[in-house]
Amino acid sequence: MTANLNLWMIPILPLAGAAINGFWGKKSSRSAVSTVALFFSGAAFAWALWVALHFSSLQLPYQEYLTHWIRSGNFSADFAFYLDQLSLVMLLVVTGVGFLIHIYSVGYMWDDPGYYRFFSYLNLFMFFMLTLVLANNYLLMFIGWEGVGLASYLLIGFWFTKDSAASAGKKAFIVNRIGDFGFLIGLFLLIQHFGSLNFDQVFGKVQPLGIETTAGLLTAIGILLMVGACGKSAQIPLYVWLPDAMEGPTPVSALIHAATMVTAGVYMVARSHAIFERAPIALTVVAIIGTLTALFAATIGITQTDIKKVLAYSTVSQLGYMFMACGVGAFSAGIFHLMTHAFFKGLLFLGAGSVIHAVGGEQDMRKMGGLKTYIPMTFIVMLIATCAIAGIPPLAGFWSKDEILWKAWEANPIYWVIGAITAFITSFYMFRLLFMTFWGDYKGIKVDDHGQAHATHGHGDHGHGEPHESPMVMLVPLMILAFLSLVGGLVGIHNGFQHFLEPVFGAEFPKAIAEPGNTEWLLMGISVLFSITGLIVAYVLYVSKPYLPQKIADSLNGFYETVLNKYYVDELYAKIFVKPLVDGSTSILWQGVDRKVIDDSVNNAAEGARHVSDEVRHMQSGNLRSYAGWISAGAAVVIAYMIWLGLGR
Amino acid sequence: MVPLSYYLVLSGILFACGVAGFLIKRNIITIFMSIELMLNGVNLSFVAFAAHWHVLAGQVFVFFVMVVAAAEAAVGLAIIIAVYRTRETLNVDQVNLLKL
Repeated sequence: MTANLNLWMIPILPLAGAAINGFWGKKSSRSAVSTVALFFSGAAFAWALWVALHFSSLQLPYQEYLTHWIRSGNFSADFAFYLDQLSLVMLLVVTGVGFLIHIYSVGYMWDDPGYYRFFSYLNLFMFFMLTLVLANNYLLMFIGWEGVGLASYLLIGFWFTKDSAASAGKKAFIVNRIGDFGFLIGLFLLIQHFGSLNFDQVFGKVQPLGIETTAGLLTAIGILLMVGACGKSAQIPLYVWLPDAMEGPTPVSALIHAATMVTAGVYMVARSHAIFERAPIALTVVAIIGTLTALFAATIGITQTDIKKVLAYSTVSQLGYMFMACGVGAFSAGIFHLMTHAFFKGLLFLGAGSVIHAVGGEQDMRKMGGLKTYIPMTFIVMLIATCAIAGIPPLAGFWSKDEILWKAWEANPIYWVIGAITAFITSFYMFRLLFMTFWGDYKGIKVDDHGQAHATHGHGDHGHGEPHESPMVMLVPLMILAFLSLVGGLVGIHNGFQHFLEPVFGAEFPKAIAEPGNTEWLLMGISVLFSITGLIVAYVLYVSKPYLPQKIADSLNGFYETVLNKYYVDELYAKIFVKPLVDGSTSILWQGVDRKVIDDSVNNAAEGARHVSDEVRHMQSGNLRSYAGWISAGAAVVIAYMIWLGLGR
Repeated sequence: MVPLSYYLVLSGILFACGVAGFLIKRNIITIFMSIELMLNGVNLSFVAFAAHWHVLAGQVFVFFVMVVAAAEAAVGLAIIIAVYRTRETLNVDQVNLLKL
């Protein structure tokens, strides 16, 4: 059956919301702005649910052609949409989590002067993200890809009067450019060799090709696409923008920099699985980068004291897991983790937002503590999310992470070892966050004066003495996400999720795992053990013996400093890339080319004209006789020339 | 019969004298007369051609030139008188208010 689903409406709805709020939001009341934003994002979600209801009766993959866009020779790229199991999962995650975060933002951003601007950007982001996941060709996907980058830039720099926010936005944009460059070249290679960017056509032409045992065309394309994914999904070496992106408002961190946009890279790699499956070298690169990123970012997460920074590094690390999964060919496990991660990481960020809201804009965990009695609801949801990400059964994170680790074991036990260690570290730093924030005594200031923070997160109508619970409009999305974090993993039982995605990824690579054997049970037991160990270690260090962490840090002096400073990667990049670039631009491009060549040629041309004119203007003396003399001389020359011509004939 | 070239050479000499006078002389009246000399040099070549080719157009042209020259003389002499009244000189080098 080929019912017309009008898929194009799903991205267009948020765009309409963005336009309405963008053009008329400034003059509208806050409630009007939030009504528009919630209506359009909610409508997109409803539409997505409706599509999901009709999903089983569809002929898959369902394609919908809206209008043509580029037609040139044999090449074509259209405004056309592509729906299969993979895009359905993404669609539901993006619209669902997106809608919840819209609701939450109504409460969180209520006192911000840029209220309408925020919702306009947020809706714009939804539009581009939905374009990205629904596109039926790489070019349209790239439009969405760039568009979410733009929305991300706008929202990171939302408080653009703050210098750090403005530069964090720029950093995110520029680092993403590097990745996009690789992505684009990958697309050019696709056009050159397959003459198309349509998923169907490209994969159709890739299908008959054999597996490349040595590096070849598909490997090159795969690695270039991977570079693009590295930028968007914050993998080594391009992850540096994500922690800085936490300068944006917290709902943005939840929606864009945890749940949806940063997973676009994973989606893209999974979408291109036909290419990657035939390029084992590219796949290995993906796996290695993912594994290293998972471990590397997790270790940084241990030392951070800013609650959002911990979550940011945790996001990078979890994205590393997803890449590890894709890299070992377990695309469905990667997408599964993407989905559960969207639930619990979105929840963690929103919960962190609620905590920050409660303590009046403070983000330093050392100044929190003991909050569980003040904000019990937030505490409960944060506890659920922490258990979920730490991989404690039967919460969502356990199922997806276990799936990934099992597949990693099958591919190469080294991946598994690093993944399991990372799981331990993840559990440790997440419970550290929880204990530092909610246990012990409140270390914050209980005075009314909160200065800047007060103005930003404003609590105009009541004083800010005690930490206080957030309004219901913020708590309800938290509860829904908490529920999803609790049960979201259950779809993975008996490989249910994997079977759902099987039509997309096929069962052939790697060989389907029929029944969990003893090894899987053993591995599962070990990873759960690791998670619980992480919990216990965190409890010992941060609750029962809170003087220990400082001691350990002191004993590891140099190393601790290094990790605390994020391995000096930012400084390294500044030295290797940024400084030569700035110096080169200053001395060669600016002082050299721009000043000496371009400016000077223009200036000298003008100067020359002035000098010549200075000499020539003496001819125009106003002396009539000299004019007459010039005229007669000219006439004489002309006549002489004519005579010469006449004589020559 | 006098050949055409004679007339033309004479015309050229008259014109050259006019140009030279215009360029060299300082007295505004002399300059004026030099202009008339140039015009008449040209007139001579016109009538010579007209006679040579038996075409009346050249003579018509000459009449036009003479009419314009007469008008010009009237206006020019009036200007010269006006200049003399204000500047009390006929030397063109001293009539230089508009000069740079």
